Amino acid sequence: MVTFTINGKEVQGQKDWTILDVARWEGIPIPTLCHHPAVEPYGACRLCVVEVDEGRRTRIVISCMYPVKEGIKVRTDTPRVQNVRRWIMQLLLDESPASSYLKELAKSFDVKPSRFQKAGVSFACHLCGLCVRACQEVVGIQALTFSNRGLKKEIASPLQMGSKDCISCGNCLYVCPSLGMEQLYARMRA
Amino acid sequence: MSISFKSLETILERHPPSPEHLISALQDVQARFHYLPKEAMTAVCDHLGVPVSRGWAVATFYKSFSLEPQGEHGISVCMGTACHVRGARNLYDKFRRDLGLPGEEGTTRDRKFTLRQVRCLGCCSMGPVAQVDEEIHGNLNQRKAGQLIKLYRKR
Amino acid sequence: MQITTLTDLEAVKARGLAQLYPEKPKILVGMATCGMAAGAQRVLETLQKRAQQLHWDGAVEKTGCIGFCYEEPLVDLIIPGQPRLTYARVDQEFAAEMMTAVAAGTVPEENFLARLDVDDMILDGGPRRFYEGALSGFVAQAPRYEDLDFFKLQRHLAMRNCGFIDPDNLEHYIARGGYFALHRALTSMTPEEVIEAVTVGGLRGRGGGGFPTGVKWASCRKAKGWPKYVLCNADEGDPGAYMDRSLIEGDPHAILEGMLIGAYAIGSTEGYIYVRAEYPLAVKTLQRAILTAREAGLLGQNIFGAGFSFDIKLNLGGGAFVCGESTALMASIEGRPGEPRAKYVRSVEKGLWNLPSNLNNVETWANVPLIIAKGADWYREIGTEGSKGTKIFSLVGQVKNVGLVEVPMGVTIKDMVNLIGGGVPEAREFKAIQIGGPSGGCIPRELWDLPIDFDSLWDAGAMMGSGGMIVMDNSTCMVDVAKFFLDFLIDESCGKCIPCRLGLKRMRDILEEFSSGKGSLADLEELQSLSEAVQDGALCGLGSSGPNPVLTTLRYFRDEYEAHILGRRCPAGVCKDLITYAINQELCNGCMACVRECPQGAITGEKKQPHQLDATLCIKCGACFEVCKFGAVEVS
Ligand SMILES: Cc1cc2nc3c(=O)[nH]c(=O)nc-3n(C[C@H](O)[C@H](O)[C@H](O)COP(=O)(O)O)c2cc1C
Ligand code: FES
Ligand code: FES
Repeated sequence: MVTFTINGKEVQGQKDWTILDVARWEGIPIPTLCHHPAVEPYGACRLCVVEVDEGRRTRIVISCMYPVKEGIKVRTDTPRVQNVRRWIMQLLLDESPASSYLKELAKSFDVKPSRFQKAGVSFACHLCGLCVRACQEVVGIQALTFSNRGLKKEIASPLQMGSKDCISCGNCLYVCPSLGMEQLYARMRA
Repeated sequence: MSISFKSLETILERHPPSPEHLISALQDVQARFHYLPKEAMTAVCDHLGVPVSRGWAVATFYKSFSLEPQGEHGISVCMGTACHVRGARNLYDKFRRDLGLPGEEGTTRDRKFTLRQVRCLGCCSMGPVAQVDEEIHGNLNQRKAGQLIKLYRKR
Repeated sequence: MQITTLTDLEAVKARGLAQLYPEKPKILVGMATCGMAAGAQRVLETLQKRAQQLHWDGAVEKTGCIGFCYEEPLVDLIIPGQPRLTYARVDQEFAAEMMTAVAAGTVPEENFLARLDVDDMILDGGPRRFYEGALSGFVAQAPRYEDLDFFKLQRHLAMRNCGFIDPDNLEHYIARGGYFALHRALTSMTPEEVIEAVTVGGLRGRGGGGFPTGVKWASCRKAKGWPKYVLCNADEGDPGAYMDRSLIEGDPHAILEGMLIGAYAIGSTEGYIYVRAEYPLAVKTLQRAILTAREAGLLGQNIFGAGFSFDIKLNLGGGAFVCGESTALMASIEGRPGEPRAKYVRSVEKGLWNLPSNLNNVETWANVPLIIAKGADWYREIGTEGSKGTKIFSLVGQVKNVGLVEVPMGVTIKDMVNLIGGGVPEAREFKAIQIGGPSGGCIPRELWDLPIDFDSLWDAGAMMGSGGMIVMDNSTCMVDVAKFFLDFLIDESCGKCIPCRLGLKRMRDILEEFSSGKGSLADLEELQSLSEAVQDGALCGLGSSGPNPVLTTLRYFRDEYEAHILGRRCPAGVCKDLITYAINQELCNGCMACVRECPQGAITGEKKQPHQLDATLCIKCGACFEVCKFGAVEVS
């Protein structure tokens, strides 16, 4: 067992647990987007950041991947942590200001769409990659994938055609937190 | 568009069938055809035993791959820092105007030229720099750029 | 032939020396990419053709780049018993003249750059004079390398062989002391002693972070797992830096030897070099060097009969800056997209294929044989307290002497720009240097006494990076520079994490408001807090250091931001929405050059009459400004 503190409270976790695992176990809330218990952590949304005092230095890490260590001091609600989370919410919300799911989430951060919000978009895929990971890790095939990079990055069916590997299991539809998957799912099965 | 199977075979033979050779095999295809034809991409993936989706992810991630056929002459304008502070942006716009390209990068309608941006050709001492096919042209300005296009149009 | 003993090595060395210091005259042409771009190939061909015509009894050979990129093509003349003479900006015509003169037993005086009296030969027992006794004639008066401002503060350690040897020739490399360090390490040092030497020598990574190399090696040696990998980062993504390319093109075996020594210390049998495909000459040079080394038995099984085996594979990068990041680089070698991953488990423990992997930069590797050959104490003497040795910079941008510069750590910015660089162009003012590429920052004139080393730069908000140093004068707009780097990073971001993908874009959008005159002072606060969120939140170094160019320009050039926001003007005359072009009626003498060049037909006028510019048609492309020889086109 590894012993450390979260927000001053002494907690314990197994050696291969992450901070998020322990926090969930203890009922300490940490917001997440790209995390899902059925697949390996991926570390893309960065909403789950926490501040860790490792003794030598204090830094911001993502709780869904950071393995617990003896004696560390974790804080889940410092100004630095809040600043990162608030900006991530702001950026996401401006990408899809009409998404009810994001609007709901944004409320708890007191974030509203800004002057940079995109017009005419009801939802946007935020590339959490749950579909791709579920397809690969749960179903065991790779029918869909990330394509491109940077701002052009998207989830795609290979060669922009129907995917010959897709078995129409619908797992990707099920895990998708936005409404992004429906169109693509239809396309993959074409 | 059909591709020559002979040359594809020789490329495949050079690469042992394991996933780590995906990038180098695609690079060979790119070098041979100047783009990645879909048939070739599928063939490479099948040969190496990787899902097509992974081939697609790689092909779209790296800049050195193109999914469209390229023009006869490639013009790469350096947009590195050294060239930027010496006026590369205005130079690039000049190329774009003269080639009549609507977007940032692309191929002219007559398939004569493909214009693209690159980051540092390693000739910063001669900035701004552009590479046409294999040849590097340094100390360019807008007038020289216009002359270059005229020169290569005739070739 | 196979090289398996010290005797073999000595024999090859003797042969190599006979080629480097021949009894007959020899001409060397600098044929790295910069030389080639300036026309070195044609110069070489002319020299060869002319030599044949004249039945000249000597050799014409190629070599790497000694760093004087602004004087390319460079040609060196080596006549036994004479100093080595360097000629600059050689064209075909002069090459032919030169050969004629040399064949007739004289030396040309035109295009002369400098003479070299002593060859340092640092790896091989010390300096070696090119001639004895007194010189006569023009050569006696000619400036020496040490007399040139560009060369005064330089010390070529990593570049020890660049411009002296034919990079494809293994014998040349060995002649200058190459592979002796490897022999020493394998036959008389334990791996721990090698690591100790590198640690005590104080070598820090030249790829950007400045991490102590010995410490990294030690953790990789300790890590569990087999096989272990030794990797060389030759991805050189910083746009405006090319020292790694030049090292490879000038002296590839130095990198191989460094990797071999590292592999022995770490306990690795397999290595990879990840090199940019955009560097075709560097790729070819490496391919040839690996083959040659393999044929000589310097790569492969049981090297020097010491029971140590190691081989190197070459991987070509696919054009993605992020692949310079260690975890992305490893993903790319595995044949996947170059997406970084969280580094809570370090790659010395779980790297390539989840096995212990040690990654170092090209220049770092090139320094290793030096430390083994000359000893840690010798190496420690060079540089500053916290930063040992030398560093190569590519000094580029708005400065007269552009090129590669290798100086001991701790040289000041002022000396770099004014002495080595020869200052900014006439009638301009030095404003800042940008160092560290997209992860670095801009350092202003007020700080130009700052010594250039890892820690001083870090404190100033910039970083060493790989060594790109771009000089900027008052024609550069700092808001525009910040935008430029953000554009670069947005384009190169892998897009995996939100702070980097969307955060950098938002920063760019805010800057765009400034440069189009739509910003407000409150936006500066917003920019600051967003920068901090990106620094803290991003997954890899690309994102987390991405705000640096913005933050340093904000810190040192706030007045320029305020001029854009409050005054709605761009002091440097760069931001298109805030400037107008006009023709000064007094200075214009009616030469028609701009009238012909303007793509919009916005300039009209008669010959010998001052021209008129119609601002409503002007697209601010700057073509008129470029062609006007009389300074009559004004930007305001
Ligand atoms: C976005 C990014 C790009 C990088 N690019 C390079 C590069 O082009 N060359 C390089 O040697 N190191 C680069 N690095 C640093 C490497 O990750 C790594 O630290 C370095 O190669 C280690 O070698 P060193 O210890 O010898 O410096 C980059 C880092 C980041 C975050
Ligand atoms: S939940 Fe941890 S990064 Fe997304
Ligand atoms: S920045 Fe253009 S060649 Fe280096």
